Amino acid sequence: MRAALTILRKDLRIEWRTKESLSSFVVLGILLLVVFTVAHDPTPAEAPALAPAVLWVTFVFTGILGIQRGFLLEREQDCLAGLLTAPVDPAAIYAGKLAANLVLLGVLEAVVVPLVGLLLHVELGAVLPGLLLALLLGAVGFAALATLFAAVAVRVRAREVMLPLLLLPLLVPVLIGGVKATAAVLAGGLAGARDALGVLLAFDAIFVTAGWLLFPYVVRD
Amino acid sequence: MTAPPIRAVGLTRWFAGTPVLGHVDLTVAAGELVVLLGPNGAGKTTLLRVLAGLLRPSGGELALFGVDVRRGADTVRGRLGYVGHETACYPDLTGAENLAFYAALFALRDARARIAELLAWAGLEAAAHRRVRTYSRGMQQRLALARALLHRPALLLLDEPFTGLDPEAAERLAARLAALCAEGCALVLVTHDLERTAPLATRTAVLHRGRIVWQGTGDAAAIAAAYRAAVGEEGGCGRR
Amino acid sequence: MLDRILPPLTGLAMLAALWLVFMVVPNEAQMGVVQRIFYFHVAAAWAAFLCFFAVAGASAVYLWRGSARADQLAIAAAEVGVLFCTLVLVTGPIWARPIWGVWWTWDPRLTMTVILWAIYAAYLMLRAFGGPDEAVARYAAVLGLVGTLDIPVIHVSVRLLQGMHPSVLAARGGGSGLADPAMRAALWVSALAVLLLAAWLVALRARSERLAGEVAALRRLVEGRRGGGA
Repeated sequence: MRAALTILRKDLRIEWRTKESLSSFVVLGILLLVVFTVAHDPTPAEAPALAPAVLWVTFVFTGILGIQRGFLLEREQDCLAGLLTAPVDPAAIYAGKLAANLVLLGVLEAVVVPLVGLLLHVELGAVLPGLLLALLLGAVGFAALATLFAAVAVRVRAREVMLPLLLLPLLVPVLIGGVKATAAVLAGGLAGARDALGVLLAFDAIFVTAGWLLFPYVVRD
Repeated sequence: MTAPPIRAVGLTRWFAGTPVLGHVDLTVAAGELVVLLGPNGAGKTTLLRVLAGLLRPSGGELALFGVDVRRGADTVRGRLGYVGHETACYPDLTGAENLAFYAALFALRDARARIAELLAWAGLEAAAHRRVRTYSRGMQQRLALARALLHRPALLLLDEPFTGLDPEAAERLAARLAALCAEGCALVLVTHDLERTAPLATRTAVLHRGRIVWQGTGDAAAIAAAYRAAVGEEGGCGRR
Repeated sequence: MLDRILPPLTGLAMLAALWLVFMVVPNEAQMGVVQRIFYFHVAAAWAAFLCFFAVAGASAVYLWRGSARADQLAIAAAEVGVLFCTLVLVTGPIWARPIWGVWWTWDPRLTMTVILWAIYAAYLMLRAFGGPDEAVARYAAVLGLVGTLDIPVIHVSVRLLQGMHPSVLAARGGGSGLADPAMRAALWVSALAVLLLAAWLVALRARSERLAGEVAALRRLVEGRRGGGA
């Protein structure tokens, strides 16, 4: 899996170099957050109840766009051909891309979560471990499917709409699990979130494996 | 007798219902330099991509170094170098970083030395630490070639490698290709530059409408004539 | 088999089902006449599920062996599956409105049906708008497999949602709550009729896809001959 690490490092380096365009995704996330909140116009008492849903919807929408961009960079200059003519297992490309996407999602979360706490009057300090666990499990499953289908979307017509169209129904368990887990954690701690976290864990196990096995079929012509 | 680097029999390739390649037979031995000519749309790029393993043949057989590509050419990919129309280099990394990336993918032992050697050959030492996005077309092309040569491939597939190169760089490339040939590397070259490649070529093939319509040797003038004869006649039926 | 046996068999089963549902079965105690939709509603749901599993199976075979037949089956099953899923989503509200007073509720089973519909509608979109590239069949196969893998996870996750009308769920309990043997018979016969219809539609659609493929192959042959002459 050294190839996967090489690809991860390369992707991270490129993301760092182009952090200017990365920042536009972060700003988009913030905007979505603001729009959702303002549209609902909650009182300070109501606001925390919104937090889980607002957090996850923002996260998923912005994440899809960010991950799509990650594959566009392989399309530029036909870099994918460079990867495919090297003695690299396509599954390693998947692993590398998946890891890079996780980092991207992590950066996104790092910005969105504190803002949700701030704007929606949610006390994050005490619940942080549980919250981070939910976010991590959700991100893994999300990235697993998004990485697989971003490779598809980048090759077909109607690219902009195709990825959300394919991904959103498939990601419903992540959304539901994530929101329920977050709500439970905010309400009273990890115990109540057990079922939801279980769903996320199962999703992760199934779809990281599926992505690993199916990616070669997507990427090789 | 070792297996030839390329042995293609009856290769076909369809795309969206149209035949892009129709029954191509091609064998390339070590140390041979085969030049592929043909009008635009003849299928030269497609053929090269099929040979490189980027496209699966719709029909026929293809064996690289004796390994059937359908059975998985993973083992032989380390011996293959490919340069397409685009550079396959990441615009936001520097030249040196791009080469380092590919060196890591190929698990090269002497990566640093090799990278330095190829940067020197490509004349990119000065620009090595600038982003590829800032390179001129010629510089990008030279970097792409350096990338393909990094792992000392035994089979090189080049799609119009001389485009964008100034005469001096083109000379250097031609010399390098001749040297590689002499060392036993097999090369397949798609080009429009007859003048430069005719003296290098062991063999020239003309591709037209997805089929090889002429193969042979000769100087630039002879090949040009054969090309015109093979391709120039449009319309009309059945002339094999 | 396709042209000789399935059509008359389906016709007979459908007639039997219609007769049972409208002539034989008594009115359900609580819900009245409108409950009769239940027989076709449930049958359509079963048909849709079977179709989606068929898509997954065919997709797996296609990825494994590249069999064109498998690809044809996949697209046929997906289309018929979406058709019956749409029927479920249409007959459901028709039934629900007089009984619950609302057209829709986000309870687990309905949510799951909508999501399934969305997944396979996306499958059809991918095939329709993916472009002329034959790789699209491969991408669709991956989607078909992933979609079906997702079904159990979706099922478990939607149970985390609040169910709004648990009593209604029990009453709709998939037929196991039916006391009257006539009702049970009606359900099984309807299921048989609808499944036969689904099978027939899938077979027809797969055949038309196969024929289209054969026409394309013939066209290629002609083009190839013509192109090779020059």
